[in-house]
Amino acid sequence: MNRQKQPYVTMKGTKDGLTLHLDDMCSYDDLIAELDEKLMINENKDFDGPLVSVHLKLGNRYLTPEQEEELRALIRAKKNLVVASIDSNVMTKEEAIEWKQKTEIVSVAKIVRSGQVLHVHGDLLLIGDVNPGGTVIAGGNIFILGALRGIAHAGCYGNKEAVIAASVMKPMQLRISDVMNRAPDYKVDEQNEMECAYIDDNDQIVVDRLQLLMHLRPTLTRLERRF
Amino acid sequence: MGEAIVITSGKGGVGKTTTTANLGTALALLGKRVCLVDTDIGLRNLDVVMGLENRIIYDLVDVVEGRCTVQKALVKDKRFDDKLYLLPAAQTSDKTAVAPEQMKQLVEELKQDYDYVLIDCPAGIEQGFKNAVAGADEAIVVTTPEVSSVRDADRIIGLLEKEEHVKSPRLVINRIRGHMVKSGDMLDIDEIVMHLSIDLLGIIADDENVIKASNNGEPIVLDPTSKASIAYRNIARRILGESVPLQSLESEQKSMFTRIKRFFGVR
Repeated sequence: MNRQKQPYVTMKGTKDGLTLHLDDMCSYDDLIAELDEKLMINENKDFDGPLVSVHLKLGNRYLTPEQEEELRALIRAKKNLVVASIDSNVMTKEEAIEWKQKTEIVSVAKIVRSGQVLHVHGDLLLIGDVNPGGTVIAGGNIFILGALRGIAHAGCYGNKEAVIAASVMKPMQLRISDVMNRAPDYKVDEQNEMECAYIDDNDQIVVDRLQLLMHLRPTLTRLERRF
Repeated sequence: MGEAIVITSGKGGVGKTTTTANLGTALALLGKRVCLVDTDIGLRNLDVVMGLENRIIYDLVDVVEGRCTVQKALVKDKRFDDKLYLLPAAQTSDKTAVAPEQMKQLVEELKQDYDYVLIDCPAGIEQGFKNAVAGADEAIVVTTPEVSSVRDADRIIGLLEKEEHVKSPRLVINRIRGHMVKSGDMLDIDEIVMHLSIDLLGIIADDENVIKASNNGEPIVLDPTSKASIAYRNIARRILGESVPLQSLESEQKSMFTRIKRFFGVR
């Protein structure tokens, strides 16, 4: 048939390297076979050149991690080629749910009492207090409309950009990513100002006026964050 | 059909048993039929505070294990004709002798005959607590104005909120020393209520007479002149749905001079 008319693999050279558009209608095995063949031809041209990065565009094809590994290995085997990115239009449901959970703002109306742990994957908007001995953990930022008197851990999956904000900031401990900070042993006078905590340039958690956040973390303005 | 109220605190020694005994007595004085249930199996006290220790023949574990009927195990308090009964805990077994399901059934049975079933909860959050809470419709959390006690009350409230059959718990602050609160050495009531954010049912001033009365096996409520007695009576009335203002904490030691000053309107 007209197999040769519509090639499965289209190559384009850009200034970033090589972009390979892979057809998403054919079978995976056919694709691998043709890719191998095409790269073989190219291999002979300049084998002494610098490392060329390859960007793969998969279209509407979903690759399992094993298949992705196979593709990378295949391309890496061709001397001076290395895979820089693999881009697909589709993702699995689980990935989509995980992505949604990690980026959404979860609002919870309750008092987190001593011994209770509230864990969310994305940002947390708590309408209530965190009492001493209570813990809130979020993958993203933590915003508390009430008083924070317990432990708050923002960016628990390693996001150092995460912040903690509370109307009354009297925490036992603050954690952002893997940095930790605890309350001073002396009593501080009650002041009723909203405050926020973030990691500064010295990798320390700093508590400061809430109003500074807009300069420190301008990305907070967008509710849906980048992929 | 009566109501079952569990009296709990988390921390030990804050006055659960004293509160149970006195609220029960106060409700009986107000003409209600009351049954007190001691669930502190292995460390029973309620009978001692009530002065009924000598009359115990059967106990909670006997009832649960079917060795006798509930009616047989109940100890009647002769001071209040047919108004106040006690179901004592066993002293020889431990908390695991009873399961929450059995407690629920037992309390359900008692609720048929009594207006109020007051359940005295043991300290802690383990089996004993689960047993005590299993049959309750309402909860009273007792705390003292100490940080450790408030912390435990917070934990207990958290656990009570998870029990769907228990209505939102109400708070009793026990053993308040007016002069210490005034000088700022003790947590004040507003602070505690704001922190725990549940309804305040009553406050009880620290009173040495309470200890004396407990030792004599007579609830303090029976002495109408004591401040603590009035506080307990007020709480009982609030349980019945009356609205009673909170007692003032100012100590009533009026010297001659302050009386004269007050007479002339000088503060």
